[in-house]
Amino acid sequence: MNEEVLVAQTLVQKIIARASGQSHVAPGAMVSCKIDLVMAHDGSGPQRWASQLKELNAEVWDTSKIVLITDHYVPPADQESAAILKLTRDFAKAHGIYQFHDMQGICHVVLPEYGYLKPGMFACGGDSHSPTGGAFGCYMAGYGWTDIAAMVITGDTWTIVPETIRVNLSGGFAECVAAKDVMLLLCRELGMDNSFKVVEYGGGLVADLSVQERMVLTNMAAELGCETGIIEADQKTLDHIRAHGGHVDDDALEWRSDRDAPYEAVHDFHISTLEPQVAAPHSPSNSGPVSAHVGQRIDQCYIGACTGAKLEDLHMAARILKGRQVSPETRLLVAPASALTTKHAVADGTLQILLEAGVVMLPTGCGACAGLGAGVLAAGEVCMSSTNRNFKGRMGHKDSDVYLGSPYTVAATAVAGRIADPREILADAPAHPQGAVS
Amino acid sequence: MTGRAWVYGDEINTDLLAPGYCLRLPIEELAPHCLEALDPDFAGGVRQGDIFVAGDNLGLGSAREHAPGALLTLGIKVVLAKSFARIFYRNAINLGLPALFFAHTHEITMGDEMDVDPVAGMVRNVTTGKQYQVNSIPPHLMAIIEDGGLMAHLKKRLAS
Repeated sequence: MNEEVLVAQTLVQKIIARASGQSHVAPGAMVSCKIDLVMAHDGSGPQRWASQLKELNAEVWDTSKIVLITDHYVPPADQESAAILKLTRDFAKAHGIYQFHDMQGICHVVLPEYGYLKPGMFACGGDSHSPTGGAFGCYMAGYGWTDIAAMVITGDTWTIVPETIRVNLSGGFAECVAAKDVMLLLCRELGMDNSFKVVEYGGGLVADLSVQERMVLTNMAAELGCETGIIEADQKTLDHIRAHGGHVDDDALEWRSDRDAPYEAVHDFHISTLEPQVAAPHSPSNSGPVSAHVGQRIDQCYIGACTGAKLEDLHMAARILKGRQVSPETRLLVAPASALTTKHAVADGTLQILLEAGVVMLPTGCGACAGLGAGVLAAGEVCMSSTNRNFKGRMGHKDSDVYLGSPYTVAATAVAGRIADPREILADAPAHPQGAVS
Repeated sequence: MTGRAWVYGDEINTDLLAPGYCLRLPIEELAPHCLEALDPDFAGGVRQGDIFVAGDNLGLGSAREHAPGALLTLGIKVVLAKSFARIFYRNAINLGLPALFFAHTHEITMGDEMDVDPVAGMVRNVTTGKQYQVNSIPPHLMAIIEDGGLMAHLKKRLAS
């Protein structure tokens, strides 16, 4: 008799089991998975594949499962970047890669704007912040470009089934606290060495969060060192996918962890008392309440990247900046995470508020976050940033310093000219209350 | 394989190994900047066959393959660490650079003569005379390394 033994599994186990053609997979097992979606950008895409395909005399496996996005070298500021972008465009055309988004935004933000990600998918991205996609209930992990090149040829890859860490977040956000503050807390509490594990977020706070704020939790799973971060889909997830052109059935909600799923660890955090957090140089785990750093000199404030420049991030900044001015002792650079973000920020008046406050607008792209584009730092400069990493040299010269915080905290710092508590900036009446559109 | 050890601490990240401003450069031009913010003598001092030793979470950060690529280009033949960031680990294997989990990196001193056999899982510190048994690289991954990296491995797979 063929008895099916039902073994409880976590969501990621279930997705890997399905992708590897099994009913059950155990953590630690090495399995081969069929891939539902491969995402690459200009740094991990055709620049690296073209010669490999030629060498192997191979073709791309399935253009319907490949999404290509330019975001790292855009807009090109030198000839090398321009050449990489040209090669990427030429390749997309020659190989029929029709899901190609050129200079439309940062890959992790663009993917859900087109409804590509769905619960239960096994998706792979050629960038370390690919876990962002896990906000849509799929497995989405980051890979280097040789792995990605092999995937676009074969459509499969190996993985070691990861253990799952469950993080339950309860309560609500206090004034001027956001998902970014939660992640700086978790980097400190869980450390950054959770390699070959995944983090699954749940609890009342996560249920209440918007999809864009959930994306901050999964995005910075990368900083926890996790293979991916994941959030079980709910009606909000399905609504978001459908509103962005994706087709998804209601039964996608069945992609959940089993009740008795074998988590490696379960952590509970009550967030209601969490204060705005700041991570000091040179690690996201070097974090604590903003009060520890108030008054620190800041040469540049930066709102950008997949982590901290989506529409809701710009809303947070606008809430602080409305009727206020960027201090002449610093500068505030804003690089919206996507073209769609900019479009919405124009339509709802957010951009007007930022511009009237004295913000310097930068083009959409990974920019200074990766030390590549506009806004890099000189030796001795100090930056307050809504991005995800502050390793030594991350945003420019090796002798520059980066502090990390939420868009609220970055905007408040821009107003004060030094690191400031956003709650205190809001408590002071704006100097020019009539100065901004509503 | 035998070589001199270059020993560093925990959380040697990809921004240290491959600075962002160098990413547009060919790997031969990026490699001299590897670890410049941490140890300006590293890139110039490494010789063919040397061994890279680090503590916990080696290679955390970006997916940029330049990180293990720079080590390989400088002549590093094997990497030992207490633990690895997952993408760095995969990237190293995919480039044909053996990466071994080794719990006793704190017992290795800069410049020690090391003898490492990744297939047998043997690490010997020739300078101190101490020998260690470590987990060997899984056969599936060792096959990739022995073929010279994932692309060479794939070429074989597609031909068969």
